Amino acid sequence: MTATPTSARSDLSELGRSETALRTFLHGLPGVDQVGAEQRAAQLGTRSIKTTAKAQAIDLAIRMVDLTTLEGADTPGKVRALATKALRPDPADPSCPHVGAVCVYPSMVPYVAEVLRGSGVHLASVATAFPSGQAPLEIKLADTRAAVEAGADEIDMVINRGAFLAGRYQEVYDEIVATKEACGDAHLKVILETGELTAYDNVRRASWLAMLAGGDFIKTSTGKVPVAATMPVTLVMLEAVRDFRAATGRQVGVKPAGGIKTTKDAIKYLVMVNETVGPDWLDPDWFRFGASSLLNDLLMQRTKLTTGVYSGPDYFTLD
Amino acid sequence: MFEYAPAPESRSVVDVKPSYGLFVNGEFVDPTDGGSFKSINPASEEVLAEVAEAGAQDVDRAVRAARTAYEQVWGPMPGRDRAKYLFRIARIIQERSRELAVLESLDNGKPIKESRDVDVPLVAAHFFYYAGWADKLPHAGFGANPQPLGVAAQVIPWNFPLLMLAWKIAPALAAGNTVVLKPAETTPLTALLFAEICQQADLPAGVVNIVTGAGDTGRALVEHPGVDKVAFTGSTDVGRAIARAVAGTRKKLTLELGGKAANIVFDDAPIDQAVEGIVNGIFFNQGHVCCAGSRLLVQESVADRVLESLKRRMAQLRVGDPLDKNTDIGAINSAAQLARIRELSEAGAAEGAQRWSPPCELPERGFWFAPTIFTGVTQAHRIAREEIFGPVLSVLTFRTPAEAVEKANNTPYGLSAGIWTDKGSRILWMADRLRAGVVWANTFNKFDPTSPFGGYKESGYGREGGRHGLEAYLNV
Amino acid sequence: MSERVAVRKTYKLFIGGKFPRSESGRSYIVQDSNVALASRKDARDAVVAARAAVKGWAGATAYNRGQILYRVAEMLEGRREQFVALGVPADEVYAAIDRWVWYAGWSDKLPQVYGGANPVAGPYFNLSAPEPTGVVAVVAPEAPALLGLVSVIAPAVVTGNTVVVAASPSTPLAAVTLAEVLATSDLPGGVVNLLTGRITETVPTLAAHMDVNAIDLTGVTDAELAADLEIKAAQNLKRVLRPAPADHDWYADPGLTRMTALLETKTVWHPKGV
Repeated sequence: MTATPTSARSDLSELGRSETALRTFLHGLPGVDQVGAEQRAAQLGTRSIKTTAKAQAIDLAIRMVDLTTLEGADTPGKVRALATKALRPDPADPSCPHVGAVCVYPSMVPYVAEVLRGSGVHLASVATAFPSGQAPLEIKLADTRAAVEAGADEIDMVINRGAFLAGRYQEVYDEIVATKEACGDAHLKVILETGELTAYDNVRRASWLAMLAGGDFIKTSTGKVPVAATMPVTLVMLEAVRDFRAATGRQVGVKPAGGIKTTKDAIKYLVMVNETVGPDWLDPDWFRFGASSLLNDLLMQRTKLTTGVYSGPDYFTLD
Repeated sequence: MFEYAPAPESRSVVDVKPSYGLFVNGEFVDPTDGGSFKSINPASEEVLAEVAEAGAQDVDRAVRAARTAYEQVWGPMPGRDRAKYLFRIARIIQERSRELAVLESLDNGKPIKESRDVDVPLVAAHFFYYAGWADKLPHAGFGANPQPLGVAAQVIPWNFPLLMLAWKIAPALAAGNTVVLKPAETTPLTALLFAEICQQADLPAGVVNIVTGAGDTGRALVEHPGVDKVAFTGSTDVGRAIARAVAGTRKKLTLELGGKAANIVFDDAPIDQAVEGIVNGIFFNQGHVCCAGSRLLVQESVADRVLESLKRRMAQLRVGDPLDKNTDIGAINSAAQLARIRELSEAGAAEGAQRWSPPCELPERGFWFAPTIFTGVTQAHRIAREEIFGPVLSVLTFRTPAEAVEKANNTPYGLSAGIWTDKGSRILWMADRLRAGVVWANTFNKFDPTSPFGGYKESGYGREGGRHGLEAYLNV
Repeated sequence: MSERVAVRKTYKLFIGGKFPRSESGRSYIVQDSNVALASRKDARDAVVAARAAVKGWAGATAYNRGQILYRVAEMLEGRREQFVALGVPADEVYAAIDRWVWYAGWSDKLPQVYGGANPVAGPYFNLSAPEPTGVVAVVAPEAPALLGLVSVIAPAVVTGNTVVVAASPSTPLAAVTLAEVLATSDLPGGVVNLLTGRITETVPTLAAHMDVNAIDLTGVTDAELAADLEIKAAQNLKRVLRPAPADHDWYADPGLTRMTALLETKTVWHPKGV
């Protein structure tokens, strides 16, 4: 059985009912040739985005940033400062858009919520025993519910990579379904932790598994393992959301997270979105960057475009 | 929503002279019995330069210069020293790579991203590779003391002007021959810039001679009794004529001719990469590629899906100014080639195949052809048999591996083939049976100086690249 | 007691593993025997037989082809007196036997010597391997009748080609006798096909034939004819081996070129990834 975009749309909802059906489906997806995928990603990275296109891309990228801090040392003061920056990334320039969301640990959600209330900036919280996910399911669900109750409208969960790599797809699926339910109205981003999945075939399968189980977004990484978001991994995920929409009619967002630090990188990702899934995904509702230092580089480049002069780090806030 | 602003590469890096002479015996000279012709930019039809057309006497002068250089300088020179000159040339090519890339795109019409990222780096790599062979010939597997042939007459096509020059000149010089090379009449400029590089490298006079001109110049060169070796890349028809012209002589001949490669996609292929491979296979360099994957053979069970993906991908191709860094498909090289592509495409439609191109705005001036696919093609269609040498793909289907092999081999050509499947044993089974000199499995249009390239059947004989490429220039 | 009346041999063609007369019904007298005078149609039939044999012979394992060539040497050794009786010097017969042995050993070594891995600058497996070109037309040298013939047939077939050989018109008896050796050596029918008669009659047909992949003009002594054959061969870009120089030493080490000239190099690329 193959997952063709033209296959009957009703088929897919039944897959989660049996381990065998899931396995058959996921292993019937077309393979990914590593070298070819990496070459395509590299090729997309050679697009030259200048002048007006660049200005447009920078503002879009700012609106797509999930401004993130996920440190053991995070404090209410730290996250309040971050949230303030999310609202007005460049205090000197009111035309600068706000970011997409602020992303913190569940315990920090209430402090961020105070700042963001009514702003249109989303509040994302990691949950489900982030980053390892190695906790009993009940605790993961409680973690999720607590974050939502505290004001998070987006939940970034981690999948059970151990179960996935061991081929226990049903278990992974069920956890996502349960977490989605625990989210209530909050959007669910499913972190695949692609750095631990090791092969693009697995990235594609995990993407489909997350989408089949109801994830609203698929996200590359926690930022807590050595390999975070890469262009080819994101390419494979974009192909997955594209094919999933063709198969089911439902659109799922994509969030590369970790390791995207420069405007140049961000623009490469936007080019990849543009040429792989098209303009429908060129929107903060459907594509996000999980990042922290990226924002300042975007701001510096934005200032360069508006003033014609290269700026320096001293002119932008560190939060 | 996300329109890429123009990102043109600067032309100012290259200094195109108003006119060029012939490069004979180390200097640029006026033709004695030839005329001149204009080389134009196919993207704008603007005249780039006036170029000398070598007549029979000019060719004779070049062959004599090459003979003298062979006998007095290059032949007796130790391989170690020949190597150093070739390394020097390779380095200068790297140093002047942007200049070469821009000039190649101007004269040929190919996108700057290809001349910059593919052609010119491969040119430098080719000289590096063969430079290293110059002092190692006894270890190349052709006996203890292989000898050069003498003067090599080399005639190259317009699709990869500088790369084909490198494929010809680098092994010839490494083996100890001297050369007279004729670039194609529509793309002579980078060869003339290469002549300047030879001067800059202090390459001894007469080792490399460049005679510009059209078919008559080429004929005079190939038929000149003073040449010991003829190497040609181009059409099968001209290749045939050259094979006849050297019949009964002792001239050693290698030919790299046309192709009609099958790119075979099985239902278990990595589809997204296969689609990239199909696109790269037929739209790379506007399809002006002898090994282009111009026949897509797709397994019936995935045909719809592959075509859907292919069309979606084709809609992303950016056709236009070759110097724009975001251009994927540049200009067709000449009015004549454009007419040929149009004629065969019209034949395809007239014979009942379904034609499709993505919506695509073509510039008004210059020679352009939108990326095109034909579906519903059968083996009997002209577009499935004749080399179109343009951005036109014929799509056929098959049901079993045996049928795929049968269709793939059902052509007088045999240059290249592609296989896309996740099953390793099937790849090897297919590769064994495909009558083609290069088989790309789960990839396409990859080139490397170490990798022999050349065809079976009417795609020619001899190999270029690798250790095998030396054989064409040694008396073995 | 009267002397026994000898049973004379009819010297026929060797096509597709069988010994037919010329379809034209003609023969000519040479070396005191009637020898089939092959026609253009016989040449075409021989090409059909050779083509039919390509798949099996090229597809046989190199080990198997080597064994069969060695078997030819064994058979020839057993029949050496027969060749001596035809006037072939004993030394030449021995050299011919040894030549089969020499080439037999190459079957599973040439692809290693002549092919190999190419260290391309990228994440690819890249391997070049020689393959037979297909059907080869061969003009055997006038002399030495046996060693010359063996020296042009063995290098063509050891790598998996099949051949149509035009035997030396002046000394065809050794050639037909060699065909009888081949017929009893496990060599599949059609791998070697032998035409006797006039070069000018059969070889132009072979040179122009669009289903012949290569032509070895070694035995053509007339330069004009050689040029004409080469021109004909250009029609489908046949690989051409030009005539051997008159002073060619057939006893010397043949080297690889007779084999490699009739090979195609196929290069296969595959990405390396997980």
